[in-house]
Amino acid sequence: MSLAKRIIPCLDVTDGRVVKGINFLDLKDAGDPVEVAKKYNEQGADELAFLDITASSDNRGLILHIIESVAKEVFIPLTVGGGVRAPEDVRNLLNAGADKVSINTSAIVNPDIVYQTSSRFGSQCIVVAIDAKLTVEGDKSFWQVFTHGGRNATGLDAIEWAEKMAALGAGELLITSMDRDGTKKGFDLELIKAISDKVDVPIIASGGVGDLQHLVDGVKIGGADAVLAASIFHFGEYTINEAKTFMKSNHIEIRQ
Amino acid sequence: MIAIIDYGMGNLKSVFNAFKHAAPEADIRVTSNPTDIKNARHVVFPGQGAMPDCIRELDQRNLRASVIEAAETKPFLGICIGLQMLFDKSEEGNVEGLGLLNGTVKRFNNQNTKDENGHKLKIPHMGWNEVSQTNHHPLWRNINNHDRFYFVHSYYLESKDENIVSAETLYAQKFCCAIAKDNIFAVQFHPEKSSSAGLQLIKNFVQWSV
Repeated sequence: MSLAKRIIPCLDVTDGRVVKGINFLDLKDAGDPVEVAKKYNEQGADELAFLDITASSDNRGLILHIIESVAKEVFIPLTVGGGVRAPEDVRNLLNAGADKVSINTSAIVNPDIVYQTSSRFGSQCIVVAIDAKLTVEGDKSFWQVFTHGGRNATGLDAIEWAEKMAALGAGELLITSMDRDGTKKGFDLELIKAISDKVDVPIIASGGVGDLQHLVDGVKIGGADAVLAASIFHFGEYTINEAKTFMKSNHIEIRQ
Repeated sequence: MIAIIDYGMGNLKSVFNAFKHAAPEADIRVTSNPTDIKNARHVVFPGQGAMPDCIRELDQRNLRASVIEAAETKPFLGICIGLQMLFDKSEEGNVEGLGLLNGTVKRFNNQNTKDENGHKLKIPHMGWNEVSQTNHHPLWRNINNHDRFYFVHSYYLESKDENIVSAETLYAQKFCCAIAKDNIFAVQFHPEKSSSAGLQLIKNFVQWSV
């Protein structure tokens, strides 16, 4: 008996609603965030991730209210990301009730923010999110880091970047394959495994889950410590419980 | 009144929320005021981040004496670093703890250890792990033996005194994840983030009298 692998439903939030898109585009409404969070908690989710995908800064405060409401009723770890630019943003999210804050674009603009925030608030609450896409340049191919919700190429190698982020104090890495996100073809297992083998901190696999076997593969082949999915849960294809039962039947430790 | 000691390390909102939910009728205060700690009937000593920082911040706020007095006199719940600080010393920054209990806090070693799928063990130990109760204690009331609780830590307690061990968990090796001595109960995991089992433990603490 040992540590359970985690299942993390991801709630993309904009304008106070949960939404889900394909390859970061074409958004569909998936409900009220507090209600969705409560539902997943009751189904046995191990953790919840909220991604604030609000494009304008006008509605930025909304996510704080949502997290406050969720944190009063749901007692499992809550990770919140999206638009985190400064240590103050981290502090505000933690004060609203987030347990971990996920940093993506701003870590690339200023990698020192990862060091600053993990020193100040503890590594346990700093997750670095990495959006990566397989990129071919001449005869060389690598997973390239993208920012701004997948719009901007950085030229950075995702594996090297992951090692750097862990060294600067990230307590966990959330790895999303942009090639797979929303496609339902499964995680990019090579990407997940390459990073998981290199770094000591836990890895959350994300992007592409279409069925329950994909979750099993993420753990067994990819070496992920947690698996994140959105659409298979949001639109009622599977419950968290079904996912756990399936993982258990594949000899993966889970929390029941 | 239940005092949750705030010495500037980490975020206590989750702890407060969980106590409020588990004991809605109780007066719960997040406080750095020694008078509050003195007057409280129950004291919660949480902790996040690195132990050297926690000890430094505690001393900067002149709270060491209040914490020690509370730990010697009334129901006292340490959480995470709040457990670690009760002991003699920590390998983290090679710092001395409060010395209320005998033991050393050490870093997990993941060299040559693999999980059941052959992947290397990660540090921090993060997620839901089984808590095997090793004695009867009022704080385990209505909690099943081997229920899972949420952990996140890179250092663990190696106790020299087996009599204080109240639960163990397996990660890389078996380690002590809960201690009980007189009016002190302390846990390495986070009851405030451990769903129904965690809320039950908090409820048990609030109802605990020594």
